[in-house]
Amino acid sequence: MNFYERMMNLDRRWIYLVIGLVVVITAIFPFDVPLYVTPEVRSIYDYIESLNPGDVLMIGVDYAPEVMAELHPMTYAISRQCFKKDVKLLLCCLHQNGPGMVEQVISQVSKEYNKVNGVDYVYLGYKPYPAITILAMGQNFRIPFPEDYYGKPLDSYPMMRGLTNFSNVKAIINISGGSGTEYWINYANGRYNAKLAIGVTGVMTSDYYPFLQSGQIFGLIGGMKGASEYEYLAEKAGYISKAKNQLSAYKTMPIQTTSHLVVIFFIVVGNIGFFMSKKKKSRI
Amino acid sequence: MGTEEIIWNGVAAFLVLCIYTFLYKDNPFYKFAEHLVVGVSAGYFAVILYYNGFVPKLITPLKQGQWVYIIPAILGMMMWTRFSKKWSWLSRFSLAFYIGSGTGFAIPLYMQNYVLRQFSSSMLPMGFSSWALFCNILIIVGVLSALVYFFFSKEHTGIFGGTAKIGIWTLMIGFGAGFGLTVMGRISLLAERVVFLREYLLELKYYLYLLFKYGLPL
Repeated sequence: MNFYERMMNLDRRWIYLVIGLVVVITAIFPFDVPLYVTPEVRSIYDYIESLNPGDVLMIGVDYAPEVMAELHPMTYAISRQCFKKDVKLLLCCLHQNGPGMVEQVISQVSKEYNKVNGVDYVYLGYKPYPAITILAMGQNFRIPFPEDYYGKPLDSYPMMRGLTNFSNVKAIINISGGSGTEYWINYANGRYNAKLAIGVTGVMTSDYYPFLQSGQIFGLIGGMKGASEYEYLAEKAGYISKAKNQLSAYKTMPIQTTSHLVVIFFIVVGNIGFFMSKKKKSRI
Repeated sequence: MGTEEIIWNGVAAFLVLCIYTFLYKDNPFYKFAEHLVVGVSAGYFAVILYYNGFVPKLITPLKQGQWVYIIPAILGMMMWTRFSKKWSWLSRFSLAFYIGSGTGFAIPLYMQNYVLRQFSSSMLPMGFSSWALFCNILIIVGVLSALVYFFFSKEHTGIFGGTAKIGIWTLMIGFGAGFGLTVMGRISLLAERVVFLREYLLELKYYLYLLFKYGLPL
């Protein structure tokens, strides 16, 4: 095996080791990274900014702990922005391992802003079969969720007065780590014409740009980068604070930057090896 | 962080390290952590599904005398006949109902939202007078050339072959964007865990400092 072939067939454990070292070193010695806010993230932020106190925003939280690194910061930042602006939140979960995710966010953020369950927010809870649940919510939230997550009837809450279905909420933000987004696009937006924006994992992001271009969604937060853009906007407006350790996505951006440079380096090394060994073979 | 958080976050930190040992090679620590994740997820899902699906959608209505819910209960039980060679044909009724109703309400909406809406959003004004109009040209050329690439009834030669080649480039750019975002997603998970470990170690150091200096249980 010559030098170029070795470059192509590098044991992947060396790559893991280098990335691991770079990530750990950057985590120990972090630095500030300049951020460019993309229009698809800004449109969600600006839309929530345009809401009036008392308006209701719905958040569909459809993810489990395995993707909380990317999606939890979005849910936190949007919830904090809404509560700071006195926008009411209606939350639901359509992922079987996700009910605890909503509970964690809403219990923490409601305490920070002194918000009361049933007055400032309602957590509907989890129901299986997302398509059927969304279709039923389009008619009346009380069909799939006669009671909220804590077992109290929805009608016992002041916030639920006059809140029947999607037509009574200003918009829906779906934050999803799986196929949940498809259901929201297909049934909430497609069937009931609900105003919809999404937050998805980095892996899923490129799949959903066509829906942004077609106007089926009005905004898209893609992965950790999108979450950090949102946090950046929220921090600039004073909704969240670095001192309170509320920028969980933004603080990983230096790690993203350095580890991406390492990945690019290895891609270039692999390609040089490929083209040079090809050239050598063609000479022979 | 109190004592309870220090202990539980310590367990989390230990499990994170167990999982990452797989990067070197498969080992008992990784297997233990993996099995724990799968077991806990399955157990959690089973309980959540029971209390959010089975109880409110079957047991409660039956207790209230709504006997019509017997029908879906029977259909559900018929699914279990798949374990018997003799009676497995009964499960076909349940599957037929499930697939029939599912496709009934899914197909028209999928056609509308995934095909027709995407078609209409590809019909765009074109031009060179602004960046947006030029981008529209790129979208239209990209869509048409990618579709040509998937047309296999004609040999990819001449102008047709050239268009198909542009189609391949369009697809490769799409896959490249997908790959880049996948790398970002995977690194995000690693970055978040490394930040968690760093913060845990700092908290642990502070906790131990207070413990040894003042001897107070926090």
